[in-house]
Amino acid sequence: MQRSLYISPDKCTGCLQCEMACSYENEGNFNPAKSRIKVFSFHSEGRFVPYTCTQCDEAWCKSACPTEAITLDATTGAKIVNDGLCVGCKVCTIACPFGTINYNATSGKVMKCDLCGGDPACAKACPTQAITYIDAEGTGYDKMRAWAQRTDTQSAAQA
Amino acid sequence: MRYVVIGAGPAGVTAAETLRAQDPQGEVILIGGEPEPAYSRMAIPYFLSNKIEEQGTYLRHDTEHLDKLGIKQMRHRVTGLDATAKKLSLEGADPISFDRLLLATGSNPLKPPIEGLDQPGVHHCWTLEDARNIVKYAEPGSRVVLLGAGFIGCIIMEALVERGVKLTVVEMGDRMVPRMMDQASGNLIKQWCIDKGVTVHTSTRILGIEANKSGNARFLLKCDPIDSIEADLVVAAAGVKPATGFLEQSGLKIAQGVVVNEYLESSVSGIYAAGDVCEGIDWGTGELAVHAIQPVAAETGRIAALNMVGKVTPYPGSMAMNVLDTLGLISVSYGQWMGVDGGDEAHLINESAYRYIKLQFEEDRLIGAITLGMTEHVGVLRGLIQSGIRLGKWKDMLMQDPTCIMEAYLGATHLNS
Repeated sequence: MQRSLYISPDKCTGCLQCEMACSYENEGNFNPAKSRIKVFSFHSEGRFVPYTCTQCDEAWCKSACPTEAITLDATTGAKIVNDGLCVGCKVCTIACPFGTINYNATSGKVMKCDLCGGDPACAKACPTQAITYIDAEGTGYDKMRAWAQRTDTQSAAQA
Repeated sequence: MRYVVIGAGPAGVTAAETLRAQDPQGEVILIGGEPEPAYSRMAIPYFLSNKIEEQGTYLRHDTEHLDKLGIKQMRHRVTGLDATAKKLSLEGADPISFDRLLLATGSNPLKPPIEGLDQPGVHHCWTLEDARNIVKYAEPGSRVVLLGAGFIGCIIMEALVERGVKLTVVEMGDRMVPRMMDQASGNLIKQWCIDKGVTVHTSTRILGIEANKSGNARFLLKCDPIDSIEADLVVAAAGVKPATGFLEQSGLKIAQGVVVNEYLESSVSGIYAAGDVCEGIDWGTGELAVHAIQPVAAETGRIAALNMVGKVTPYPGSMAMNVLDTLGLISVSYGQWMGVDGGDEAHLINESAYRYIKLQFEEDRLIGAITLGMTEHVGVLRGLIQSGIRLGKWKDMLMQDPTCIMEAYLGATHLNS
């Protein structure tokens, strides 16, 4: 059964272990700037929100790629960038409405979460289970649409 | 059922694959006008800079992919369409009939009315064959003049500079990439190019290209208002226009491109259009528009094919969006970046760092944006614009600091969970 990263922002303490783990797993060094998961801080609210690719069914990045460099990992369901085929045109980075595929100027390629092949380092590193790797529904675009509808009917100004 | 798709770019190939998947029994014919496997023009700049081989531009890497799907491929130029008889005339081959037709012929380069544009040594940069010619003639030390600083002109500058040419750019508009960037960002891109050793003339026209018999250069370019420029190679990148020439006698409704309804069907039943050649609804403005960009090509190709097989699928419309790398300076624009009456604008500029962001709002919804020098999470601007999320108090934060787009997005969508 395919699993997905499930993020519970209310459990996040902002420790950034996930960013360190992601960077080390994928880049071989501790450089949060190169992490594929990011923790956003809302100091005035005292909240933290970890954020990365939801491996959405629409796969906007994959369908926008002009060189077939983004493919589906049939085992994990992850959309994976093949560095050998990516030319660095960045079209996927503007096509993804979640902003979770980004250009890495050092490599000249784009990078995104690939679920570490089915054993995501961020979830392992998270000490509070704000990031878990579970069989979960509603982690994709439906959630965003649901939010959009909700914010349409209930003004977000009241949030 | 015989489906014919004209054009072997992203829209045509995506459509042919979708037709095959949706109607395994149907006959699918893909007609391409160039003697190449289906390839992506978006990849040409990287071929020019030797980052990839020609094969790296191919849309599908398995060379037998389309054959395996049973998609018949033909290499001919289509010269005319008889919409009533449902027949296409081809150059050098017998006419071909169809039950459903998809026009995915893309764009052709614009030829500005400049004397001497059609001569050896003046090349467009549009096809793989054009790219091969530029590679051949852009030798180290040669003087290359780039006619036009639009999207294509800018994106090939890096390849030309890396080839060691002496590059001069001549642009009619008052800034670089005028159709995608505002004054502030267009000027910053110009300054960036000048700092990288490129000569840039904006608000300048090339009046004529003369073979320069007496001098040591191949061409002399007459310009207004500056002095003439010597060049060994001229690369014309003055924009593109939908490739509708062969449809003149067809009776199809054509404005800039082939006008389509929300099902991507043209004014004639059974004939559809997708990609650069189609002119459909811009959902931001509600007006007809051509959005000649890769994501729209793939999306419209897929949705047109669904409608062609009878799976009624409305297309919500497209919006302008572009990402451009000019000698390493990355710029992005979305939607109504020029703003609307009664809307609000927020911007932040750091000229020495070549960073800029501008956001346009209508009430508390984001409707357009420009960024320069930013690569992180830019896609979320599309999400905010396309989902029409009401930002509420997060708009106030963006008015103070427009760089906080991720915080605003998460605040408006995730923080209450």
